[in-house]
Amino acid sequence: MAKPMDQYTWRELLVGNVISEPGSSQEYKTGDWRSLKPVFDNVKCIKCGVCWMFCPDNAIMQDADEFFCADLDYCKGCGICARECWPGAIAMTEESK
Amino acid sequence: MSAGANKAGKRTGIEISLAISEAAKMARVDAVAAYPITPQTHVVEHLSELVASGELDAEYICVESEHSALSACIGTQAAGARTFTATSAQGLELMHEILYIAAGMRMPIVMAVANRALSAPLSIWNDHSDVMACRDTGWIQVFAENGQDAFDQVICAFRFGEDRRVQMPVMVNFDGFTLSHVVESVEFPAQELVDSYLPPYRPENTLHPDRPLTLGAFAMPEIYTETRMAHEAALLASRPVIDDAWAEWGKLTGRHYKAVETYRTEGAETLFVTMGGLSENAMEHVDAAREKGKKVGLVHIRLWRPFPIDEMRKVLCTAAHVVVMDRALPPGAHGGPVFTEVKSALYDQSRRPTVHGYIAGLGGRDVTPADFGTMYDLAMAAVKEGKKEEFRMIGVRS
Amino acid sequence: MLEIRIHGRGGQGAVTSVELLAIAAIEEGKYAQGFPSFGPERRGAPVMAFCRIDERPIRLRSKIYNPDVVMVLDPSLLGVGNPSAGIKDGGIVIINTHKSEEEVRKEYGIKATLALVDGYKIAREELGAPITNTTMLGALFGATKALKNESMEGPLRERFGKIGERNVKAFRRACTETAIFPAKT
Repeated sequence: MAKPMDQYTWRELLVGNVISEPGSSQEYKTGDWRSLKPVFDNVKCIKCGVCWMFCPDNAIMQDADEFFCADLDYCKGCGICARECWPGAIAMTEESK
Repeated sequence: MSAGANKAGKRTGIEISLAISEAAKMARVDAVAAYPITPQTHVVEHLSELVASGELDAEYICVESEHSALSACIGTQAAGARTFTATSAQGLELMHEILYIAAGMRMPIVMAVANRALSAPLSIWNDHSDVMACRDTGWIQVFAENGQDAFDQVICAFRFGEDRRVQMPVMVNFDGFTLSHVVESVEFPAQELVDSYLPPYRPENTLHPDRPLTLGAFAMPEIYTETRMAHEAALLASRPVIDDAWAEWGKLTGRHYKAVETYRTEGAETLFVTMGGLSENAMEHVDAAREKGKKVGLVHIRLWRPFPIDEMRKVLCTAAHVVVMDRALPPGAHGGPVFTEVKSALYDQSRRPTVHGYIAGLGGRDVTPADFGTMYDLAMAAVKEGKKEEFRMIGVRS
Repeated sequence: MLEIRIHGRGGQGAVTSVELLAIAAIEEGKYAQGFPSFGPERRGAPVMAFCRIDERPIRLRSKIYNPDVVMVLDPSLLGVGNPSAGIKDGGIVIINTHKSEEEVRKEYGIKATLALVDGYKIAREELGAPITNTTMLGALFGATKALKNESMEGPLRERFGKIGERNVKAFRRACTETAIFPAKT
């Protein structure tokens, strides 16, 4: 969105309130909702991808070495990845240390 | 039951429901999604025949309910297809939540509504209860008065509904049975005339992988008010476009339509206000009453939403008394919907007539020209006695 | 304006009759309306259907209370209601019956002009079924001369397809076999 929602006048809305910008939700960084963040232990990680599969926010990525890590712009810290990671490679740790 | 669309320029005897299907065909609709319900069944039944026989190249989607019918219509319309459906009564109410969605998403679907009473008690007969329950859904709402009118309105509805300045769904209301099941004469225009009047549908926004869009997104409190204001403004702004569409249709066919029609209003002291098929019965009464020297006239409303408030004020304020006939009873509202609308339009006028509301013709009860005489007499008696008569139901046994 | 009311039973084709009548009148360049007494269609239940024919556009949309013509498709209806109720002075009552004028007048007390035809006989012989609507349309044309016979034959053929010709024959026979008896004062 070009500007915050509460700054649009009714005249500026598109017909039918269409959102013409594809993927505009990317601009909305949900990472700042997080109080716990996932920390990945690459020694324990077997690259099975179960965290990637279960993440409800599509916020797990792979790094150059194909290890999984969190996209902290969008990760809300829900902890599902840590719960599902059966080798126990993900620990939820407090955001503000 | 073949219709006479090939008999261009000649009056053809046809059931009005079938004439409406022919209008959708001549508008070259791309998609029809419908669930058949009495008395509009014949509209979609005939459309299914036209699609099956190849006379109409359209997608015909049989659905399991009216809720699904209108949902499917939104889908096809969003994909860029010119879409038509028809319903009635309970079916319209089952569509109710989707009606708002079609309007809010500005999908110019055209829907013929065979107006009918609502259950309970179960009634299949004509009145305006169904559409009045959908008054505030944000659709353009037009009332037809006869078969020719209904046919013409379907074609005109596509023209102004799809106009880039409008982009609104349109309900074409026609009285269930009283119009829907009547065989009368309808003059079909030539296909070339309809094609020249109604260009192919070129929607502003469609679902297409090459140009991704989000349709029907949610709106937070920060923006919802603005979306409603935008809808209100767009509905009001549709007026000149509707007028132009009717004016051009009039030029092409010689059949002229206006938002507010008048009949023998010159010098009238009392004006009847009606909407729908029984307006013609009111004309019969006006003729008879004028013969007897009574100064009466008729104002009949074709465009219900957006409400033509300026014309109504202008014409009604010339009279001393206004007698409004409603075809629906909104319980507890102190008057029928047209009555309350008219009264509120006149309230702040410096010279305003007395307004008398009568509710008649509920659930198929016949309304004869003489019944308009009864309404007139009741109104005049109230005026004479200086009574402030709010409204009453006509023909109810007590 | 000519106002016609047809009395029949659900399934006997009263509604089809008024539709065909309206179409025939419009084909002739007149204005017309044909409509049923709306309701849930129930086979065997007494039903009414209405037709108005005029030289100018018709605005009246109420039922017909004072018809010029009453037509009774099923003689048993004469015993259960009063089909000729409200008939205008100078009106005509057309009945499908094998009975004589005297019998009909005596049994049902009808004073208006009568047009009688044994519609069941004609329908059985021409159509092989006791469905009398198209036959009785012939009686109506014969008795009223309101429209040209040819105006109805096209719509009959179009509506009934394969059995169109047989319906036309039944229609024509009833046109000539209908006997008219002037009103009794």
